Amino acid sequence: MPANRFNGFTTYGVGIGLRIPHYDHILGKKPACDWFEIISENFMVDGGRPLEVLDRILAQYKVVQHGVSMYFGSAEKLNRQHLRRLKNLARRTGTPWVSDHLCWGSVDGRYTHDLLPMPYTFEAARITAQKIKEVRDYLEVPVVVENVSSYAEFHVSEMTEWEFLNEVVERADCGILLDVNNIYVSSQNHSFNPLTYVNSVPAARVAQIHIAGHSRYRKYILDTHDHPVIDPVWKLYDRAIQRVGHTATLLEWDDRIPSFSEVHNEALKANKYLASASLAAAV
Amino acid sequence: MNLATLQREVARAVMIPLTPSERMRRIAPNGKSLAKVAARIIKPNDRLTSFERLEIYNRQYWFRVLDGFSDDFPGLRAILGDRRFDTVAKAYLTECPSRSFTMRDLGSRLESWLRKHPELLIRSAAPSGRHLRRPASSSRFQLALDMVRLEWAEIEAFDSAALPSVGLEVLRHANPARLRLKLQPYIRLLDLRYPVDDLLLAIKHDAGTNVASNAMAERQKRKKVSAVARLLPVPTHLAIHRVDNMVYFRRLEREEFAILAALHHGKTLERAIEAGFRKSRTPIQQQASDASAWFRNWAALGWFCLP
Repeated sequence: MPANRFNGFTTYGVGIGLRIPHYDHILGKKPACDWFEIISENFMVDGGRPLEVLDRILAQYKVVQHGVSMYFGSAEKLNRQHLRRLKNLARRTGTPWVSDHLCWGSVDGRYTHDLLPMPYTFEAARITAQKIKEVRDYLEVPVVVENVSSYAEFHVSEMTEWEFLNEVVERADCGILLDVNNIYVSSQNHSFNPLTYVNSVPAARVAQIHIAGHSRYRKYILDTHDHPVIDPVWKLYDRAIQRVGHTATLLEWDDRIPSFSEVHNEALKANKYLASASLAAAV
Repeated sequence: MNLATLQREVARAVMIPLTPSERMRRIAPNGKSLAKVAARIIKPNDRLTSFERLEIYNRQYWFRVLDGFSDDFPGLRAILGDRRFDTVAKAYLTECPSRSFTMRDLGSRLESWLRKHPELLIRSAAPSGRHLRRPASSSRFQLALDMVRLEWAEIEAFDSAALPSVGLEVLRHANPARLRLKLQPYIRLLDLRYPVDDLLLAIKHDAGTNVASNAMAERQKRKKVSAVARLLPVPTHLAIHRVDNMVYFRRLEREEFAILAALHHGKTLERAIEAGFRKSRTPIQQQASDASAWFRNWAALGWFCLP
C-alpha cells in the first residue's frame, strides 16, 4: 500500500527536512535526495530569498509541505489569511499533500507558536475534524494530520490519544502523518505502550511517517529533533512499516543541525525497513 | 469544561511571564494560584505534578518567543545591554503577544509599543559591566527607536514582494506631470536621527566572527558597547532594499529621500522632484544633474514599478 488517496497516490521514498544550514550544499552540489519537506510557514511570504531558494529546489527535487500553525484543534475559526497564503504556496510547490499537527496553539487570535496537546474529547474531535475538512476543501489538496509529542494530559479527556486520532481522521476522512518518535516520546511521558498506539492506527490512512531524535531529561522526554533516531523509535518505525507498507518517510532534524550528509545518512537507515516491507509484500 | 474554555485557561497560564529563575510563577497576575489552575485541568503522573507539566509548556513558550525576538533585534540588544533588553522583550511580548501565524511578525508592533513606553528605555539601568559606558538616557530612547525601525525594516525588506521593474526608458518617454511611479514593495525608506546602519552592520559583523575565548568575547562586547556610547546623532536617510535578494542599507541625500518618499506617497514625477528640492541648498543648476543621476541609479537597481 505505498500510495493512497491521502498522499496523492505518490510513492515517495526517504526525505529530509529542508533547512537553511543545508541550502548551500543542496543548491551547489545537488545531492541525490528522494524529496524534501518544507515548513510551509517559512515560505508563505511574498518574495525575496525564501521563494528564490524554494524555486531552485523545486526545479530539482520533489517537495512536500508541512505546517506548524494551522492549529486544527484550536476552538477558534481558521485564519483566512493563513489559508490564502498556504494555498498560494501549494500551487507553487505542487505538493501532493499538505500536513499539519493534531494540536492547538492559538486562542482569541493570540498565537503560542507551540504544538499544544488536545483534550481527547468528542467535542474536540468534532471541532477539529470540521476544520480539517474546511482546510482540505479550500486547499483542494489532501490534508494529513500528525500526532504530536505531549507533556500533559487533561482531566476532561474521554479517550486515549490513538482513539482520539482515529475519531478525528474518520470524521474528517483525512490522512495521517504518523510520527513514531512522537508516539515514543508521549508513551514515555504518559506511561503507555507505544506499540498499542502503532497497532491501533488505521493503516490505510497513513500517508507519511516522521522519524526524529529527542532529548531525555530526568522526569520526562522532550521532542527536540536534535539527535539521531534511537533504537526503540526504529523498532516502532519497523512495526509501522510492517502494518502500512512502503510509506513516504521523513527525518526531522531541527536543532544543532549537522551536515547534510550526516542528516541524510541517518534518514537513509529507514531504507532497511522499507526494503523488508517491500520484500514481504512481494512474497 | 468545553474546548474553548480549556484552551483559554491553558493559554493564559502558558503566556504568563516566567520568574527571574525561569520557572513558572506560583501566582498568576489575576491572583489565582497556578498550582490550583493546573491541578483542575491537567492530570499529574508518577513523576510530575500538574503544575510541573504545565510549567514545561510555560517555559517552552517563553524560551521560543524570546529566542525569536532576540534573533530579530540584535541591534536593540547591543544598545540596551542584555539585562535591559530582556526586560523590554518580556514586557513587550507580555503586552503584545503574537497575533500572526508566523514568528516573523513578532516585532511588528515594537516601534509603536516602545513609543508608548519610553520609561523602559530611559530609566537608568544597572550597567552590565563596570567598564561599559552607556549613552545618556535621553538619547538612548531615540537611538533604540531608530535601531528598532531599521531592524524591522530589514525583516520586511527580506521577504516582501518584488514587482516587474520599470526601466529608465519609461521615464524618458513619459510626461513627468502625469507619471506616477511606485517603489518596489520590498523597499523601506527611513529618516533616522542616528547612523544606526553602520552600528548594525558592525554588530552583525562581530556576531559572525569566530570567538576563540570568553575573554575575547568580553573584549569584543566592550568594544561594541563603547561604539554605541560614542554614537552621535547624525540625520541619516536610508533606503532598505534588495539586490539579488540580499538586503542592503543605502544612504540617501536628504533630497533623494524626499523625492522617493513623495513618489511613494503617490506624487507625480514632477511634484516629487519639486518636493525633493524644496528648501534644498543645492544650486538650481546642479539639481537637474543630481536628479538625473539618482533616477539612473534607482532605475538600474530596479526600484520602480508601475502603480
